[in-house]
Amino acid sequence: MYSETTIVTPEASQQPLLEGQLVINVGPQHPATHGVLHLVITLEGETIIKIEPHLGYIHRSIEKMSESLTYRQFIYVTSRMDYLSAHINNLACAMCVEKGMQLEVPERAQVIRIIMSELTRIASHELWIGAMAMDLGAFTPFFYTFRERETINDIMEQTCGARLTMNYMVPGGVMYDLHPEFVARVKSFVAQFKSKVSELEDLVTDNIIFRNRTVGVGVLSKEDAISYGCTGPVARASGVDGDIRKRFPYSGYEKLEFEQCIDTAGDSFARYIVRIREMYQSIHIIEQLIDAIPEGDFQAKTKAVIKLPKGEFYTRVETARGELGVYIVSEGATTPYRIKYRSPGFSNLSALNHMAKGSKIGDLMATMGTLDLVIPDIDR
Amino acid sequence: MFLKEYISDVYQGVRSLLKGMKKTGYYFVHPSEIITQQYPDNREQLHLPERFRGEVVMTHDENNEHACTGCTACELACPNGTIKIITKFDVSPEGKKKKAIDTFIYHLELCTMCNLCIEACPTDAIKMAQTFEHSVFNRNLLTKKLNLPNSKIREGVE
Repeated sequence: MYSETTIVTPEASQQPLLEGQLVINVGPQHPATHGVLHLVITLEGETIIKIEPHLGYIHRSIEKMSESLTYRQFIYVTSRMDYLSAHINNLACAMCVEKGMQLEVPERAQVIRIIMSELTRIASHELWIGAMAMDLGAFTPFFYTFRERETINDIMEQTCGARLTMNYMVPGGVMYDLHPEFVARVKSFVAQFKSKVSELEDLVTDNIIFRNRTVGVGVLSKEDAISYGCTGPVARASGVDGDIRKRFPYSGYEKLEFEQCIDTAGDSFARYIVRIREMYQSIHIIEQLIDAIPEGDFQAKTKAVIKLPKGEFYTRVETARGELGVYIVSEGATTPYRIKYRSPGFSNLSALNHMAKGSKIGDLMATMGTLDLVIPDIDR
Repeated sequence: MFLKEYISDVYQGVRSLLKGMKKTGYYFVHPSEIITQQYPDNREQLHLPERFRGEVVMTHDENNEHACTGCTACELACPNGTIKIITKFDVSPEGKKKKAIDTFIYHLELCTMCNLCIEACPTDAIKMAQTFEHSVFNRNLLTKKLNLPNSKIREGVE
């Protein structure tokens, strides 16, 4: 059932190499790692024996930084963790503060938050497909996916004021009301997405080279996905029904009708297909909400200085990469006593050694690409 | 059996290639659907939305008056220590002392454009400008003084 997990100790990693073995370094500056990830790979011929990820190249101590910031200020820092789903990170923090304040969020704000989260999810998956195809040597899909992502970025820029690190969530709601053109632009984006997504199917899904390089590569079984703590599309491609939006609904997801995308193959191609299907589900969620945004306040009334009562608060959300948990310990002051972020990328990366062991080094990029690693999310 | 698989692979490969080429051909004859913009050349047509956060500016009216009372709410709201307000006391002709700003220092190099200072300002004295080309050769130029010389607070702003 469970595969053997080996604990990497400093002594173990200094073991002398056997005859015929070779150590190569991928990164920290490597185009396929999408950031400063350093992988120390032990090879025997072309077969991977062991992969050790070395972290710390982009560590900014966000958890420690958050301890010196007030409950309004610390939200913006989390955009810098997983910058591709900045909205959803901010949402997790805002929800945790609201849980501590026992604050009721207006219905309009909740609907805006869901629409923004789903737009962010589509943008993140679009970028991932382009970058993933580029890792495997196809350059064209990158431009086609960035066209759709650019539309979402324009919508974000118009309503939130920034393209990537939006900082639109505040405790109690959202920062401004929606832009008057928002609804029309989102509707035109939905139409654009539906007419143009077939291009991706033609260029990537049905492509024989893409299929040959991903089908059966980097298989992760359901038991291993659970034991390594994988979440998000990586776990769902292995058959784990762990979508936080379904299991622990938040911010009004319980009222919506959508499917949890699950595949059972557990290989790189299954992870690709799960993300494609998730984009369709996000569009389905947006379509349900965009015509029925309730009137009312976009922000609940809060005091200028927020103080949380003494205690511990935990919330979790489903980002584009998996489960993000925010854990706040409060001593009753204006700043948190301790903050812990449970980021999805770190757990997903820990399964890489198990997935890539025994495969050829050429397949590593397909395995690593489909994990959807965002390095600042892993290192924080 | 092997030969059959081989021929099928070649057929599939050619089919995928032609499918991709079809897309390329489609955009070749439909140039209106290409959305690429040539950035430095399109500066005149480039209109950023009014909510875009480029840098913090202080609005002055035609009488060189602003609305900043020097309450330092923005300084307290800023997570990065971007804003520093130096206050002074204006003495009115009747001999009353009134707090006013002397210098509003803004460090653009520390700013993350999070909009918290704008939200915190009770008198809407500062706002975000839509500029985005901030590169300069000297780092000192990024430290800015936002209130104009000889400006004073608008009448009636408390």
